[in-house]
Amino acid sequence: MSTAMAEKPELKTFREATRAWLEQNCPPEMRKPVTSEDDVCWGGRQWKFSSDAQKVWLERMAAKGWTVPTWPKEYGGGGLSGDEAKILAQEMRALNCRAPVQSFGIWMLGPALLKFGTHEQKLEFLPPIARGEIRWCQGYSEPNAGSDLASLQTRAEDKGDHFIVNGQKIWTSYADKADWIFCLVRTDPQAKKHTGISFVLFDMETPGVTTKPILLISGKSPFCETFFDNVRVEKKNLVGTLNAGWDVAKYLLTHEREMIGGIGDRGAAKPLGVFALEQVGADAQGKVADPVLRAQIAQFEVDEAAFRLTMERAMDMARAGQGNPAFSSVLKYYGAELNKRRHELMMQAGGSDALDWESPRSREGALARAWLRTKGNSIEGGTSEVQLNVIAKRILNLPGA
Amino acid sequence: MALVLTEEQGMLRDSAKSFLADNAPVSELRKLRDTRNADGFSRSLWKQFAEMGFTGVLIPEAYGGMGLGLVEAGVVMEEIGRNLTASPFLASNVVAATALLAAGTEAQKQAILPKIASGELIATLAVDEHSKHNPRNTALKAEKSASGYTLDGHKTFVLDGHVADLFIVAARTSGAKGELAGVTLFLVDAKTKGVSVERVVMVDAHNAARVTLNNIPVPESAVLGKVGEGLLPLNAALSAGRVAASAEMLGIADEVFARTVNYLKERQQFTKIIGEFQALQHRAAHLYCEIEFTRSAVLKALQALDEGTPTAIGLASVAKAKAGTTVTLAVQEGVQMHGGIGMTDEFEMGFFMKRARVLQELFGDATYHADLLAQLKKY
Repeated sequence: MSTAMAEKPELKTFREATRAWLEQNCPPEMRKPVTSEDDVCWGGRQWKFSSDAQKVWLERMAAKGWTVPTWPKEYGGGGLSGDEAKILAQEMRALNCRAPVQSFGIWMLGPALLKFGTHEQKLEFLPPIARGEIRWCQGYSEPNAGSDLASLQTRAEDKGDHFIVNGQKIWTSYADKADWIFCLVRTDPQAKKHTGISFVLFDMETPGVTTKPILLISGKSPFCETFFDNVRVEKKNLVGTLNAGWDVAKYLLTHEREMIGGIGDRGAAKPLGVFALEQVGADAQGKVADPVLRAQIAQFEVDEAAFRLTMERAMDMARAGQGNPAFSSVLKYYGAELNKRRHELMMQAGGSDALDWESPRSREGALARAWLRTKGNSIEGGTSEVQLNVIAKRILNLPGA
Repeated sequence: MALVLTEEQGMLRDSAKSFLADNAPVSELRKLRDTRNADGFSRSLWKQFAEMGFTGVLIPEAYGGMGLGLVEAGVVMEEIGRNLTASPFLASNVVAATALLAAGTEAQKQAILPKIASGELIATLAVDEHSKHNPRNTALKAEKSASGYTLDGHKTFVLDGHVADLFIVAARTSGAKGELAGVTLFLVDAKTKGVSVERVVMVDAHNAARVTLNNIPVPESAVLGKVGEGLLPLNAALSAGRVAASAEMLGIADEVFARTVNYLKERQQFTKIIGEFQALQHRAAHLYCEIEFTRSAVLKALQALDEGTPTAIGLASVAKAKAGTTVTLAVQEGVQMHGGIGMTDEFEMGFFMKRARVLQELFGDATYHADLLAQLKKY
């Protein structure tokens, strides 16, 4: 029989050292499951740490470069190989260590800067992202450029050493809490829609930038409308080539899709079947008392497991040089649909208790609000239909797609 | 272990791919069906298949095999699925071989495994007694006798039963139908007096049989593993069979999908290539996703069984359930998107649909495995 390939000695050593370091350095409070938004650290200039442990944990991880383990050390990363990063993630999961920081800078902008940024831009922007000092938001969608993103109209006029930006963005997640924005702007209104766009960075405190939150059906929202009125942006903050921002945007979107697709993975949350058992109760054989619900959950968990394994395989394939960037659309599409299905089943299992909107008992309707929030999963970051178009065109090469 | 094939596994896949595509494409299955071939598979192809070493893939070198694992067997199964190759590989070289490896005495292994590895002996597992798979429902009786046991009862859906030389029979030495304990595995020579085998011509033109054991005596040495504890090796054999069948379903789904996408790029209706229609593009893209998720689930289950990880049983159920629903969708879309031609016997799409239906049923269908998974997770 073929057996598991034994881990290479140097990786085994790395695994042991990593576990020991985490045991020593991850505060016990940071090894408990996340139960509220306060438990999540987003960092940034305005950030107030919810506990000393949250602060200490971020500082220690950042000092190791392990908030961004695979980035080069000179840009604040850990310089780890793909295999080492996988081991770090596994060991963190084994100890239930929380992510030290969540950040669009880490997930989306960082990878784009690493690919398209100049050395100066990398030195200026990447280390603060790695340390969780600057919180970023994404200026992509506009009122008439959602799924058809490339028809965006926000204009940046060339003024020699700087641009003047005018226009409006929408669905800007956490724009009211962010320090800087990475933004798509039209720099050549005459060009065809994909070829006149540039990718720029600027501080949200620049005069002329205003934001306004959007209330959603969940009663809460991370989303904002964002307005730019004669905003001055230095030319040195143009990423990539002028009018070729679409390439940067597309690259960044593949990372956004992987991030959103990741919500298809339940992570450390309770398995649905166990949740249902607690809510609905058990029959004489110890099975969920509602047999149809139990069957739906079981079928859901088959798909969930297959999805999780595909996330793992996608990473393994990328490491083996067999990855396909368009595969992020596969993960985004399916992850979003799975997360919606999971929450529908949770609402079904929760019954009338799950409908509680305002009470400490329901943690202010946490489940109901989460359920409503998931409806956006198949809209944000490119709708499910857009993802299917991408798969049809870039993977299956279907005509006219 | 990374969820990608190693270089050696990739080479094995390439050699299985070209060998089966050259020697055993779907047209060979059609020939077997149309000529009402008595064996239901090609003996000469089987000999070549054995010469390539495929029949010994799971069997250790000490018993004349290649000493590889289920991942490698899965690689071969996927290509078998792509070509709808009829052969006793799944029944004999995967399922029966696994049962013998899991529970056989040294003497049993030495007597049987080299012959399975060389392809000269065909062994098969006889477990089901009802139209729906459930090993707990084993009722075939094994009564202690002076010289051994007497077996009495019947089995159904026995893969390659009518060409098998050896049956591995799940029988009840104690307890009642529905109970976990009390099942024992027996090795039964097909030529034993009182064993009658009825070949069943099935929808997919592959082999299965109904087997009746009419008070047949077997010696003590026919017991495979421990008396009353047959469920352990039975589960090992069934897990291997389930995951191998999943790999075959993956091969079918992948092949059918490739043919369908090609058709979408060629066929014109309403003065357009039909692949331009978004209604069809979205369905094709969705199916692509399902096949990719199935591939991950199948590879993971194969690896986990090889590594003997504790979660392997659950992963096998995930693979079988996922592959079953995916291949069903793939063949249904295959027929629908091909339109009328997809319904004709002359076209091969129907062959895939029929084989998929049988594999979906074999060793537990998708709902059976979703239920098993729920039981494992205790809800």
